[in-house]
Amino acid sequence: MTNLKFIFGRLAGAIPTLLVLICFAFFLVKSAPGGPFDFERSLPEEVEKNLREAYNLDDPLYLQLTKYVGSILTGDFGPSFQYRDYTVTELIMSGFPVSLRLGVAAIFLALILGGTIGTIAALNQNSRLDYSVMFFGMVGISIPNFVMAPLLVLIFSIALNILPAGGYANGAPLHMILPVVALALPQAAYIARLTRGSMIEVLNSNFVRTTRAQGLPLNTIIFKHVLKPTFLPVISYLGPATAAIITGSVVVEQIFGLPGLGRYFVQGALNRDYTLVMGVVIFYGLLIIGFNLIVDTVYGFIDPRIKHNR
Amino acid sequence: MSDLIRVRDLTVSFKTRHEAILAVDRLSFKLKENEILGIVGESGSGKSQTVLSIMGLLEQNGSATGEANFHGINLLSLSMSELNRIRGKEIGMIFQDPMSSLNPYITIGSQMSQILAQHTDLTKKEREEKCVEMLDLVGITNPQKRFDGYSFELSGGMRQRVMIASALLTSPKLLIADEPTTALDVTVQEKILDLILEVRDRFHMSVILITHDLGVVARTCEKVLVMKEGRLQEEGELNQIYYSPESEYTRELLNKSKQINLVNSKDPRKEEKTAYEENKLVEAKEVSVLFDLPKEGLFAPRELIAAVDGVSAEILEGEIIGVVGESGSGKSSFSRTILGLQKVTSGELRVLGQQLNSQKTFVAKTLRQRMQVVFQDPYSSLNPRMTIQEILLEPLLVFFSDQDRSVRFDRIRDVLVEVGLDEHFLGRYPHELSGGQCQRVAIARALLPIPELLVCDEAVSALDASVRAEIIDLLVRLKNDRGLTILFIAHDLAVVRKICDRVIVMEKGKIVEQGDTEKVFQNPKEEYTKNLISSVPVADPRLEKQRRLERLSKAN
Repeated sequence: MTNLKFIFGRLAGAIPTLLVLICFAFFLVKSAPGGPFDFERSLPEEVEKNLREAYNLDDPLYLQLTKYVGSILTGDFGPSFQYRDYTVTELIMSGFPVSLRLGVAAIFLALILGGTIGTIAALNQNSRLDYSVMFFGMVGISIPNFVMAPLLVLIFSIALNILPAGGYANGAPLHMILPVVALALPQAAYIARLTRGSMIEVLNSNFVRTTRAQGLPLNTIIFKHVLKPTFLPVISYLGPATAAIITGSVVVEQIFGLPGLGRYFVQGALNRDYTLVMGVVIFYGLLIIGFNLIVDTVYGFIDPRIKHNR
Repeated sequence: MSDLIRVRDLTVSFKTRHEAILAVDRLSFKLKENEILGIVGESGSGKSQTVLSIMGLLEQNGSATGEANFHGINLLSLSMSELNRIRGKEIGMIFQDPMSSLNPYITIGSQMSQILAQHTDLTKKEREEKCVEMLDLVGITNPQKRFDGYSFELSGGMRQRVMIASALLTSPKLLIADEPTTALDVTVQEKILDLILEVRDRFHMSVILITHDLGVVARTCEKVLVMKEGRLQEEGELNQIYYSPESEYTRELLNKSKQINLVNSKDPRKEEKTAYEENKLVEAKEVSVLFDLPKEGLFAPRELIAAVDGVSAEILEGEIIGVVGESGSGKSSFSRTILGLQKVTSGELRVLGQQLNSQKTFVAKTLRQRMQVVFQDPYSSLNPRMTIQEILLEPLLVFFSDQDRSVRFDRIRDVLVEVGLDEHFLGRYPHELSGGQCQRVAIARALLPIPELLVCDEAVSALDASVRAEIIDLLVRLKNDRGLTILFIAHDLAVVRKICDRVIVMEKGKIVEQGDTEKVFQNPKEEYTKNLISSVPVADPRLEKQRRLERLSKAN
């Protein structure tokens, strides 16, 4: 009951957020110089005029915006300016499965890798192992993925020649390894630091001292008492992490030549493909809002105190 | 009876970056079976580190040498897995803060059940039965429901009962209680101490009770160790320590605790009662403050709870007026309302000649200047990133923005001297100061706006006995020198009796009784007040014994 109410409340709260996002993106895209029909070989004036009329491009901006929001409400993101035979919805649906695969794999890899490393570091606090693991964590955070990705290609594809340097190949696992790793590494490094700090705090808490006084062995203490509170902040980081993975995948997809959403985003922006850019932005926005909501709901199930306060 | 535990030359030290700190210095003592030993001392005396080292619970930078023989086994020489067969099984322990000593993320039942899973061969079902039975035994109502519930659903006293039940699951030979009632109300403290005595008899255990409160020891213990700065000062039978102490330090401690003792509390300073004029600084008529309870469902009706419920009272100029009551009695809410930090829901409240009405929470700056407040925890009420100078400068910048720089610094220096510090403290940060010094800074900050009314909300509750006495002296001096009116909120009745001219007793948001302090304390009219007064432990073992017999006969 209280959970349902919470979810509905959050969904209602997402509407103004989305509206602001739409307006902001709309004016930003429109204010960029040039238009969708500026080709190298310019169109005959008559043709361009007809096109502009067909897409309502000569209406005042506010009218274009209201028409656009109205059509979104019916689920129609409009036709693409560039890929003439496709609607924006079709393009998104063709790219999304690729991006989803990449993103989900990256998040899981980041969680498992980061969680394990952080836990090991926390349990060996201030040892040499701790310091070296955390040093690499810091390096991982500081290297952006557009540097990390070519580096990985250089090592594993060119020098060692064991992994393909790019291409999707219908999602063959071998082709996914490098993009997933490039996308996951910075997140894994951040999660490792988060886990370490959180676990050290929990290990020093009074209730852990109680369990030691009760003669419980370290394994039991860790698994039954420490892990759950340790991963609470990590779980709440997963919301922002999705946002980071999404923006990161735009870059990584370009580098590895994957046919994901990121390609449409970049191409759409370069070609002033207004509807496509807007469509992808709104879709990304929905994803991030949705994922944050899932994270907050899950959080409520894990931390019993939150359930009580809702 | 044979010795259960024999400690010889126990030395505990901590290595820090700069130096090694000696926390316990060659301590030796014995504990017989079925005996209750009290270890008393002020904070920093090493009393807690003594038992933590025995239990293998020292911080990572701590180490212990010497011997702690339990049934002939030296606990200090055991490996972790060997020690885990003894602690939690043969030795149970409960801690000071029952709020944070239980895991809030998993059910009480699963925490308790784990102990039995570790130390016994019982099946899951048998474990659950045993846990519920034990919860019932320590006086938890509806034990099955609590078994499935979480610790944060319980009050402090109930949590401490859960801790005791957890410790008793394996029928240990020794129970160690580290300040078990310090965080609790006096009335709850009484019940917890009685419970400890009761389970001691039932399980034939020995108990080591760590406390800073000589009254608590007088009420519960048979043997006493007095510690100071890691060293044993005196050791002996309860009556011998209390009625013919040998060490100078013990005598000093006893005197201090008798000074603020309820039995003979004729404080000479109170005889020269200030001839205050009947000028009313605060006038409350039927004041109520209501809070919303969290709603059960989407369409559930709005539920309200009265934190302050129809309170009528006055504060007269130049007096120290005490407000006492258990936690949740509304004493803090009442003071917050007077300070204008909390909206009045209904009733009339006049503060310093101005009407505080229910429409607005905003209180004029001039009114704010005329009343100031000192809170309980001095560390958390001072900004840790500001120096003492910056902290003290702030009220001057707010209220006296036209004053010269040099005037400001003179005033800061003067007020520091007034509260018993000096200008050497100006460059320091709060964490570099002791609790008592921090509280002096907090008082100095409250004095700088030159208030007429000072609200002390549990201002001495978190302090050690000797520091508490000093701060109380300071407050009384401020009242006399400055003609300050003080609203003194405390759960410590002894302190209230010592310094307050009049006292207000609150229960569940209502005023139960009010009047001249001596009248109320010597001749309490209400049952609630009587209970409150008699639950305060007194550093007089014979009186405490008599009281306990009375309580037991009343219970039967």
